[in-house]
Amino acid sequence: MNKAHPWQRVGLKEPNMPYEPVLLARIARPGSQRLDGYRADGGYATFERALKNLKPEQVVAQVKDSGLRGRGGAGFPCGLKWTFLPKDHPGPIYLCVNADESEPCTYNNRILMEKDPHQVLEGVMLACYAIKSQKAFFYVRYEYGDAFRSLTSAIDELYAAGLLGENILKSGFNLDIVLHRGAGAYICGEETGLIESLEGKRAWPRIKPPFPAIEGAFRKPTIVNNVETLACVTQVMKRGKEWFQSLGIPPDPKNPRDAGSYGPKLYTIAGHVNSPKCVELPMGVTIRELVEKHGGGVWKGRKAKAVNPGGLSMGFVNVNTRLKDSDQTEYDIPLDFNGPGRVGCLGLGTAAVTVIDDRTSMVDVLHNVCQFFAHESCGQCTPCREGTGWMLKIVERMRRGRGTRGDLDILIDVADRMGIMPGTTICGLADGAGWPVKTAIRKFRDEFEAAIQSGSKSQYVKSLPVAAH
Amino acid sequence: MAVLSEELKNRIRAYIPKYPRKQAVTLPALHLVHDEMRTVSNEAIVEIAELLELAPSEVRDTMTFYQFFKGEGEKLGQTRLWICRGLACMLRGAYELIDHCEAKLGIRCGETTADGKITLEVAECIGACEGAPACLRNDAHVMDVSVNKADAMMDELRK
Repeated sequence: MNKAHPWQRVGLKEPNMPYEPVLLARIARPGSQRLDGYRADGGYATFERALKNLKPEQVVAQVKDSGLRGRGGAGFPCGLKWTFLPKDHPGPIYLCVNADESEPCTYNNRILMEKDPHQVLEGVMLACYAIKSQKAFFYVRYEYGDAFRSLTSAIDELYAAGLLGENILKSGFNLDIVLHRGAGAYICGEETGLIESLEGKRAWPRIKPPFPAIEGAFRKPTIVNNVETLACVTQVMKRGKEWFQSLGIPPDPKNPRDAGSYGPKLYTIAGHVNSPKCVELPMGVTIRELVEKHGGGVWKGRKAKAVNPGGLSMGFVNVNTRLKDSDQTEYDIPLDFNGPGRVGCLGLGTAAVTVIDDRTSMVDVLHNVCQFFAHESCGQCTPCREGTGWMLKIVERMRRGRGTRGDLDILIDVADRMGIMPGTTICGLADGAGWPVKTAIRKFRDEFEAAIQSGSKSQYVKSLPVAAH
Repeated sequence: MAVLSEELKNRIRAYIPKYPRKQAVTLPALHLVHDEMRTVSNEAIVEIAELLELAPSEVRDTMTFYQFFKGEGEKLGQTRLWICRGLACMLRGAYELIDHCEAKLGIRCGETTADGKITLEVAECIGACEGAPACLRNDAHVMDVSVNKADAMMDELRK
């Protein structure tokens, strides 16, 4: 028997209870995208009830009390964000839906938009009612063509049914939802990058403050929320705080700043597993359970070596590294908002788990990561633009068997100096670019040193063009 | 000489009331033009700018940020075939798939076949990781792309 680590699944009421999905409950039904089906399943009743019986402030309070934290990566409390809007603002106030899910290896928002767009849209409508916004801009990344089409027809249905437009259900509440398509830039997932892009400019993130809640899209107060967060808003308003807090991990009593990790979460599993898929589980499942139980185990009978626990920006865990004073390894950390941070990762991120097997070279993995960030750095801040480029050059050299002993320390040094944490960039892209570099080298240093010493070339060294977008 | 048809211009104009400022229509307009003409020429940029009451340089500034759009002198083929090289796809054979497609079509990524049928590209993660290696055929995902599946698709597209 493994000795359980003290932070393991603290407070989860029934660790092994079978979980019935809520956010993904409808995705396998035929016609799950259509309004009639969604309404037959009780859809939009919550929105109607809110319009009739609740004041906007009550919706804000209910979401805030539930402890719902943003699912887009940073985990900021959703209801709290809404309260940052100026009081009694004459308007307009905007909601931007961040559907620019570009974090590598992440696809949970796509599943929601493609298969159950109305659940997301009901969340958008509830959020708009709560923050007194009459217009929502739904920013969908270009690569999600099917999601875009699914949302387009869902929104058309809503206008036809009188659930969008003017004086919705004779409540006096007006709302328009505008779908806006991106053009293949990762930085548009950063909330102020998204706003700049929406305004028709280069997606260069803005210096904060002012935060978008004070001055956002078109210089008006703006709330930016992630797709999964808004789907959670639908469920929180439908099922209440008690349901939401019966799932996940409550705040650490020893840490007054911990807001807890309540609610269901969509985890995506990708890479070297037998069955990559998106699963919904109460927050706080371990990486091991996700991979072994839900992902069907590591493919081809191999063993996992490294796991990326939440999108590339979060860094890596070494599944063979023992946790202090425990029989467990980094493979056993829970994926709640605090878990990955305890083993040196940046955070939970998008909860997208990518498994790397023991035959894969970490030099190749790191090269892929550096290539991504060098390509997607928006170029506004020098440390990030140059740092990501130089990190790629160094890893590329390493991949060609010409790495030098000092390279690893230089890489860590560059990574340490770029980002909002050291205070050298405007947005967090640089932190996300540095983290996988730091964690890969710190956790797999022996492998990198051996690769440099042997001068072996990567199997992929011959080709690889530069991406066109 | 006008390059945008009146019909296309009207489709761009239809977006204007949706936004508080005309500049916000830049991306929708670029998409409409790019979809139809497979490129956004300098003349098209000028006409978009006129419609949106912007300087052409403002439209161009935005457009060139997104390497997605082909500009003056470049033109997309009939189908744009993106092969994802994100980590999840790389781990399941994307690099081999890229090599294979380049060899089969006789072009490098970023280029278009001589018959103008296929523009081959590599994409950063397209968010189709459960079907890795995956591609985008224009804007629709194609999942679990084996070498055989890629061959069949390229043959179909070149017909």
